[in-house]
Amino acid sequence: MMASSYNAKDEDGHITVSGPGGGTLRSKKPENTAFKQQRLPAWQPILTAGTVLPAFFIIGLLFIPIGIGLFVTSNNIKEFEVDYTGVDMSSPCFNCSQNFSWNSTKPCTCTIPFYLDQPYESNVYVYYGLSNFYQNHRRYVKSRDDSQLNGDVNSLMSPSKECEPYAFHENKPIAPCGAIANSMFNDTLELFYNDPNGTRIPIPLNTTGIAWWTDKHVKFGNPGGNNPNLTAAFQGTTKPVNWRRPVYELDADPGNNGFINEDFIVWMRTAALPTFRKLYRIINKKSSMVPTLPRGNYTLEVVYNYPVRSFEGRKRVILSTISWMGGKNPFLGIAYITVGSVCFFLGVVLLIIHHKCGNRNNSADISN
Amino acid sequence: MAREGEDPGMAKASKVKRQRKKKPKENKTRTVHANILYDNAKGEENPNRNYANNKIKTTKYTVLSFLPKNLFEQFHRFANVYFVFIALLNFVPVVNAFQPELALAPVVFILSVTAIKDLWEDYRRHRSDQEINHMDCLVYSRAERRYVERYWKEVRVGDFIRLRCNEILPADVLLLSSSDPDRLCHIETATLDGETNLKQRQVVRSFFDLDCDFDPLKYNGIIECEKPNNDLNRFRGYIIHQSGRRDALYKENLLLRGCTIRNTEEAVGIVIYAGHETKAMLNNNGPRYKRSKLERQMNVHVFWCVIILLVMCLFAAVGHGLWMFQYGDKRPVFDVLSPEGTDLSPIMSAIYLFLTMIIVFQVLIPISLFVSIEIVKICQVYFIHQDMDLYDEETDSHLQCRALNITEDLGQMQYIFSDKTGTLTENKMVFRRCTVAGVEYSHDANARRLAMYQEMDSEEEDCTSHSGTLPRRDSVTSHQSARVVLRSQSTKSHRRTGSRAEAKRASILSKHTAFSSPMEKDITPDPQLLDKVNECSSQMDFMRFHSQPMSQLPSDLADIIDFFIALTICNTVVVSSPNQPRQKVRMRFELKSPVKTIEDFIKRFTPSRLTSGSNSSSSSSLITNRSSNRGCSSLLSSPSAESTLTKLDEEQPPRGLEHSFGPVPPCYNGKAWNLEDGELRYEAESPDEAALVYAARAYKCSLVGRLPDQVTVELPHLGKLSFELLHTLGFDSTRKRMSVVVRHPLTDQITVYTKGADSAIMDLIKPPDTGKRQIKIVSRTQNYLNLYAADGLRTLCIAKKILSKEQYACWLQHHLQAETAIQGREELLFDSALRLETNLQLLGATGIEDRLQDGVPETIASLRMAGLQIWVLTGDKQETAVNIAYACKLLDPEEEILTLNADSQEACALLLEESLHYIQAKFLCSSTDQAAKAFHSNFAPFEIYPSSSPSSSSHTTPFTVLRLGLVIDGRTLAYALDKSLEDKFLAVARSCRSVLCCRSTPLQKSMVVKLVRNKLKVMTLAIGDGANDVSMIQVADVGVGISGQEGMQAVMASDFALPRFRYLQKLLLVHGHWCYSRLANMILYFFYKNAMFVALIFWYQFYCGFSGSAMIDQWYLIFFNLMFSAFPQLITGTLDKDVSAETLQQLPQLYVNGQNSEEYKPYMFWMNMIDAFYQSLVCFFIPYFAYADSDVDLFTWGTPITTLALFTILVHLGIETKTWTWMNWLSIAFSTALFFTVALCYNASCPTCYTPSNPYWTMQRLLQDPLFYLLCVITPVAALLPRYTVVNLCLTEYKAMRISVPLKCLRFSLMLNRSSNVSLPLASSWIKLVKMLTAKRCKV
Repeated sequence: MMASSYNAKDEDGHITVSGPGGGTLRSKKPENTAFKQQRLPAWQPILTAGTVLPAFFIIGLLFIPIGIGLFVTSNNIKEFEVDYTGVDMSSPCFNCSQNFSWNSTKPCTCTIPFYLDQPYESNVYVYYGLSNFYQNHRRYVKSRDDSQLNGDVNSLMSPSKECEPYAFHENKPIAPCGAIANSMFNDTLELFYNDPNGTRIPIPLNTTGIAWWTDKHVKFGNPGGNNPNLTAAFQGTTKPVNWRRPVYELDADPGNNGFINEDFIVWMRTAALPTFRKLYRIINKKSSMVPTLPRGNYTLEVVYNYPVRSFEGRKRVILSTISWMGGKNPFLGIAYITVGSVCFFLGVVLLIIHHKCGNRNNSADISN
Repeated sequence: MAREGEDPGMAKASKVKRQRKKKPKENKTRTVHANILYDNAKGEENPNRNYANNKIKTTKYTVLSFLPKNLFEQFHRFANVYFVFIALLNFVPVVNAFQPELALAPVVFILSVTAIKDLWEDYRRHRSDQEINHMDCLVYSRAERRYVERYWKEVRVGDFIRLRCNEILPADVLLLSSSDPDRLCHIETATLDGETNLKQRQVVRSFFDLDCDFDPLKYNGIIECEKPNNDLNRFRGYIIHQSGRRDALYKENLLLRGCTIRNTEEAVGIVIYAGHETKAMLNNNGPRYKRSKLERQMNVHVFWCVIILLVMCLFAAVGHGLWMFQYGDKRPVFDVLSPEGTDLSPIMSAIYLFLTMIIVFQVLIPISLFVSIEIVKICQVYFIHQDMDLYDEETDSHLQCRALNITEDLGQMQYIFSDKTGTLTENKMVFRRCTVAGVEYSHDANARRLAMYQEMDSEEEDCTSHSGTLPRRDSVTSHQSARVVLRSQSTKSHRRTGSRAEAKRASILSKHTAFSSPMEKDITPDPQLLDKVNECSSQMDFMRFHSQPMSQLPSDLADIIDFFIALTICNTVVVSSPNQPRQKVRMRFELKSPVKTIEDFIKRFTPSRLTSGSNSSSSSSLITNRSSNRGCSSLLSSPSAESTLTKLDEEQPPRGLEHSFGPVPPCYNGKAWNLEDGELRYEAESPDEAALVYAARAYKCSLVGRLPDQVTVELPHLGKLSFELLHTLGFDSTRKRMSVVVRHPLTDQITVYTKGADSAIMDLIKPPDTGKRQIKIVSRTQNYLNLYAADGLRTLCIAKKILSKEQYACWLQHHLQAETAIQGREELLFDSALRLETNLQLLGATGIEDRLQDGVPETIASLRMAGLQIWVLTGDKQETAVNIAYACKLLDPEEEILTLNADSQEACALLLEESLHYIQAKFLCSSTDQAAKAFHSNFAPFEIYPSSSPSSSSHTTPFTVLRLGLVIDGRTLAYALDKSLEDKFLAVARSCRSVLCCRSTPLQKSMVVKLVRNKLKVMTLAIGDGANDVSMIQVADVGVGISGQEGMQAVMASDFALPRFRYLQKLLLVHGHWCYSRLANMILYFFYKNAMFVALIFWYQFYCGFSGSAMIDQWYLIFFNLMFSAFPQLITGTLDKDVSAETLQQLPQLYVNGQNSEEYKPYMFWMNMIDAFYQSLVCFFIPYFAYADSDVDLFTWGTPITTLALFTILVHLGIETKTWTWMNWLSIAFSTALFFTVALCYNASCPTCYTPSNPYWTMQRLLQDPLFYLLCVITPVAALLPRYTVVNLCLTEYKAMRISVPLKCLRFSLMLNRSSNVSLPLASSWIKLVKMLTAKRCKV
């Protein structure tokens, strides 16, 4: 990339001055070492057109193919997204969204039909997406007690003050405490494939494997360790205010219940940006022959529990396959292509300038 | 003995003061009683109990007080208070942003680093205190009735102390007794003022005649003296004996702490001031603290950072308020209520948020900047210290940085104010020629001799420079070349002595005694004058023999002998022979003073002579009248003398003794004489005194001994003559002369010999109506004086005056009054001297050459090429100064010289007005020619540079182009410095290429510096070597002292001390440039780095409802500056070299860079800020879009951003780094490794700790994510693309040598200016773009 010049060598010629008759003279003379004399061997990048321009071209030539590769990869990912907030009158969930609040007891269900025009070959990830939901709000992010979630019995009964004002309800400690847990997403989504014959085949949704392994097995834990009787373990606590069921009734499967319920764990990992998606379910590929989701009509059944209208939020369901680089996002590919092109372009511009001005420069020098 | 931290001492002193205030009678003076009188009484009975003891404690802290005191001191720095405030703010729950304990970490870290540094320094002080406190000395103990060994710290005021030869004084001691027969004690004051000549101190008068050994038990006086003060040259008081008799005490009676006893076997004294009240300790001020220009500029930007911070916080607060407001009453679930469950109004939460944001954004104010700058400066000072090129082998001294925090100012100097004598010149005075009684003796042989020295010097210089220009050679060669240099050096100073070993020994010796190089000593006499001297003295001898009156001597011959007598005795030169084995002294003394009469023989070999001769050479070779009538010393009653004698006998083998009584050459043998006399050493306070004494010796008129009241001179034929020294009226800069009053032993007349500057003496010459001959002498001498001055010689006039007994008695009366006065003694003595020095008779004048130091013209030339204005301020007379100025190429023969000599204010105003007009006229008509011409002459392009570049700062006016020199004398300068004229004077002076102020007083020097500094707003450097430069050195931005021959006062006052003037070149051009550019770049980088990092969080506020949330984990946020990105910038700030040392010295023009603050301009700060914002945008939004609408969580998204920011910042530093050593690579690798190690450990350590971020396993997962690596590649590239392009754009166009970028940019734009005249629309638009970019690079 750049020409280099090593311009120093070790010069360690120590000169000791000693009087022939009398003893050694202690001279204050500084030592002649490369370091002390600031003559350490050094690489001085000499930036000339010859060394700099290739750098631009090399970056350009490297980045553009990478960008194209990323872009293609991203485009191969299939993604389907459906908004079920129910803002429009036409939306099936309009009614549910209208008269709904955290306190309503009667569940409201809405059915959203949709059509997939491509078959989804590999594992399909089902996400729910929220917009305008500031999970990254400073006070919100803090409002949790990690040791309670880790199964610490003391923290279970006396949650940290970070959870305030969601630490106690009616003098009972809330489990799980804090605002994050309190606002947990609680819509239920079910997916049906509408057979061309008209039958609705429910698609099996996998509820496990959606959280980080370390979260489920290290960070989160139920009080009382592996005690299968969670009801007893959570004795003396109360459910968060907005929850319908206590934490030990989140799932029938004891391996996915209580604090180690994966939906709960996923929710507790607060999103970075106000528009986010969270993994809800995974549709595993059954066999290599049949696509996981064939082309056709589908129905999404939503139990509409989660109010978002108060903050102009949106709720979505996303079905997506993923690649080695995650979900569908063409940005990185485009960015690589852009930066690569800019570098290439700059290289060309510099080359031109170098040729034009460089020559004139020389002549000007001579005329001086 | 150099110690700092006077605080405790002062505190103690003030405590003492306070205690004394209770007793009003002790208010003004200190009364010292001998402890012996009180039987070592403790407590209340001891009258000396209130005085400080001799234990010194220069430490600031004790074990207990360290923490509170150190913290208190650190909180004087505003930044520390600010950071503590922020850390404490974090403890308030409503506004806290981080774990409160964590937020304390950085400030605690910074405080503790400083505290550890202070502690270490204090410990070192403690160690050296201990060492000093535990030195031994002999204190008289009443109980044991003898002197016992005590530690220094146990010495108290009032103790009697016995001092032996070569001992260091533990306290300020009043000399009561000395083993010297003349009641003298010689001390070396090198540790106090650096003067290596011995000084004489006298026993207090009342003990002077004390017959025998001093017995402390018999002492019964009470001493009243001044309170402790720091004036080394003043001590007043009196001693009250039991009889009621009072005797005055002078500074001649006081031995100061830290001095060394020399040439005196034994002395006894009483402690007057001890410990912190000693003059030496009171004189120790700590190192000076100056604020550099760069730091001043930087502080402005720190202030701007505060404003940016507040604006950002305000913006976020308003944003948060609005964000809250838009939800109205419908409170969203994520807007958490306050812990109490109450709802916060948007306004209240905005206010809380404002405080939170201050905590989050605190990094914008670079907490570690101040510490980093200190570290870098210490490293810079270290490297400057270590530079071999700034080491002077001859004196074995190297550069000293006394002010640690203004290294970068060295790179920004604009004006240099230099002293002449000792700074530009060697201050090795060599006698060149003289005129006696109107007859000139040209001393051609002497001139030839000097020319020979010059030649050999220049040969040697060639040799040195030859080896200097080829610094890069393998070790063998460099070794050899070093040896060559070594050899040539030794041959230089000791050509006469031959053998190398001997030369080396002599060079070691000569280090201890100033002014004794053979060049100064061996003066070849003018044969004509020598004949006359011989003739004259033989006549005198004849006359004495025949007891004829001396007045019959022909007057010209009388003048000659008087002239030489004056040269010999009218000074303060002390004769000594230190470092010689004792036997040798004796041997020499035997050889040299031939025994003429049996009386002499007896006198000389009485035991008393033996004792004294063995210790003190100054008294060794004397035949004094007084010694014979001093009974006691010859009686040898004291045991100490006996013991000395025995010692002597032991030392001297009997054979030697026999030899000493053996036959001695009875008459002068020229050769032997020379050889023997070579051993006599003259120690003079100023080099011209020594030069004159050596000159007189060349004419066989040699000074052989000096006592306080007697001077002994050896004259040819006449032998030794003792002049009774009645008074010495010392030299001062107002009178510009000194006088001695002696009784002439031959004529028995009271004679005044005066020596001084010609202007001072000529006015005092007897009115010319007295005699035709005198008029002729005066006019001729004046002619020769002008001639000498034109040759660049320093001129001195010698005059005498004979006083009648009555006149003398009359004057003496007044003088004694003046001497004994306690109030205003200095003024009275001054007046008294003025009364005496009138109606003088001119004897002659001398011309002394002050040789230029090596490399002065070259240094001046290159400093001038570097755009520095050099002014010379000297006390010398105009002609001399002008000639030296020509010699050192300060003035050019082609230059026009404006000379300003005015007698009155009005005349001065007129002159200034005229010269101003002249300059303007000249400038107007010749500016274009000049510019054109300038291009072709050697260094002109850089003179044209300031005028042709609009970007250069305003101080450089177009006037500087003129080739004009200004010479102004002291009197005119006084007028010109008047308020009404100073602007005009400056206008004239700044348009001249060089300015020479002659005959200026120290005060004027400092006024000139102050005027230029304040009015022109330029950076000034003052360089000087003597006490008269101290005020100038202190006033200038940077004071440089030459640690040469004239003592250490200038060095003590300076910020940097150099052994030689020529080192200024490397100091300024190389180290100054480096220090400045390194520090400037580091500071800019610091601002950039912090702004870039903080801006990341700021952008995030738009996506978190301005809630003060940070995606960067609190650990990273807090330690990013302190740990992850700290080392590379320190390494670069210490080691980076934008241009190599060789190039910097070859192209002094590059210095302009620093003068115009090219590396640190206000817009550069803003450009860096803009760049920082751009880079942070890239670093924020690339990950933002890459992770948009994904399931990424807060810290899994924030950690890559931190990593990217770190990479970007490091690569940015890489672009800015011009020189890559392995240390740079290592530091960058270390930073990266440290970040990942810390991140991995931190993220694996605890799954439930570190609320609220809880980044468990984040980094580990990220490292498995290909997206993370893809981001790491693209983001730094995208972020740094503009900067890299612009840097390259500048460099590509200047593929020339590696010279500094801004200069290249400048030339480039100049070139573009010219080429844009060529009408090529397309090309010119390109050029505009390029120009814009180029300009940007210069800014960035």
